[in-house]
Amino acid sequence: MAKQVIYLDNAATTAVSKTALEAMLPYLAEQYGNPSSVYSVGREAKAGLEKAREQMAKALGCNPREIYFCGCGSEADNWAIKGAAYAGRKKGKTKIVTSCFEHHAVLHTCKALEKEGFEVVYLPVDAEGIVCMDAFYEAVDETCAVVSVMYANNEIGTIQPIGEMAAYCKEKKVLFHTDAVQAVGHLPIHLQGSGIDLLSLSGHKFHAPKGVGALYIRGGVLLPNLIEGGAQERSRRAGTENVAGIVGMGAALTEAVASMEENSSKMKKLQDKLIDGLLQIEHTRLNGSRTKRLPGNANVSFEGIEGESLLLMLDMNGICASSGSACTSGSLDPSHVLLSIGLTHEVAHGSLRLSLSENTTEEEIDRVLEVVPQVVERLRSMSPLWEKIKNSEN
Amino acid sequence: MYSEKVMEHFANPHNVGEIENADGVGEVGNAKCGDIMRMYLKIDNGMITDAKFKTFGCGAAIATSSMATDLVKGKSIDDALKLTNKAVIEALDGLPPVKIHCSVLAEQAIKAALRDYYVKNGIDPTPFLGEETNSCDHCDHCGH
Repeated sequence: MAKQVIYLDNAATTAVSKTALEAMLPYLAEQYGNPSSVYSVGREAKAGLEKAREQMAKALGCNPREIYFCGCGSEADNWAIKGAAYAGRKKGKTKIVTSCFEHHAVLHTCKALEKEGFEVVYLPVDAEGIVCMDAFYEAVDETCAVVSVMYANNEIGTIQPIGEMAAYCKEKKVLFHTDAVQAVGHLPIHLQGSGIDLLSLSGHKFHAPKGVGALYIRGGVLLPNLIEGGAQERSRRAGTENVAGIVGMGAALTEAVASMEENSSKMKKLQDKLIDGLLQIEHTRLNGSRTKRLPGNANVSFEGIEGESLLLMLDMNGICASSGSACTSGSLDPSHVLLSIGLTHEVAHGSLRLSLSENTTEEEIDRVLEVVPQVVERLRSMSPLWEKIKNSEN
Repeated sequence: MYSEKVMEHFANPHNVGEIENADGVGEVGNAKCGDIMRMYLKIDNGMITDAKFKTFGCGAAIATSSMATDLVKGKSIDDALKLTNKAVIEALDGLPPVKIHCSVLAEQAIKAALRDYYVKNGIDPTPFLGEETNSCDHCDHCGH
């Protein structure tokens, strides 16, 4: 059994980078003060916090005063959508438009708002995993409190036409939110003039630690608070700041943006090799557009096998990956994302997501391309479903 | 989340394969729910002399198939009829709650193979196995 781990689940979480870790350490040990305190140890923490805010703003092309730190991407999504919905309701706007394949942080927030009387439209996506723009134009009008569509999908990595949607929402005077948790640090984003009003991000998807995120709130947009309490984040998000985490996030995003071009082209090359190699396996399909796709994402379905047993066998070979099968999603159905692009339950059960980082090596991809076909063959050899698929061919 | 025993039976499952001219074959589950189990039994003079399986499903589905076939091999039909999903779970040192339905399927697959054996031999299986039901009727696991 291979002991060295090949980590290809970077869409789930990433390792904290050396840069982020080194930036954080002083804020855990020496500069541990509360940023709200007046003495010097507190002021140093405050300075670290504000430096990180500037780093974030620079990386995202916005004003530092538009960055609000919070606990995670899910919190940012909840804050943005609930806040925009409540603000809209005061003006008589009670419609929310989102897509059917959002992250659960968005979908479940919308479901909760539905129970409060909001009307929610779930836009369909096409077979390539791109939101249907015809449906978008039909749904979005002046009665919308907020439109929320993800920048890039977390399972299949497809990149959405955010610019076009944001521009239309601006025209219709509707707030536009995007869950950019998978995109920030991986795709070039310039917020000023983008038409985006609200953007959620999460540090641990780009080599910052877990437990820290941010919401971009465009200057002039007023949202009610989600977390009430002290005057942190200019009285808009209470709670003593996770200073070290925030400092780590500022450093990690600065690094990610500086090396984005280089990392992206390196990852795309390996991604191509990986996808081409996996598609050599018979009865295998790529899920989501090949071109409008995050550079690190490969998501395929192998007919005739089930995802959890595939992941367990890959783990025995030292490969960490994820799947959209019901058994791994913890719910009764396979991934809503895979079903939304038209996969049958059977095919969705046999999905595999491999997500690269800039630290992924060609040797690792070669090893994966050696192991996966063997594991797929082994599982197919014991699968009565595979037997049926083969028999139906003859 | 899985016991060592489950992982053992998943990594190296016993009795994988088919039996040609099996005396009883049973299949339960469906692809939509993500698990199908097919069991083959060789029966001589009321004794199960061989048992094999083919399974599409998660780690627990494969491990319970392996264990259930182990438990009935070398047993009499009467003993095999008494197989319960609980016995499969105990033999595997437990299953996570969300995987209990896999053990139910394994029990049902063995019983479906026994039903097939009775039918093939012109014996009414109802006194031994009750009325035939769709295996999904007993299971609200996936809601399909």
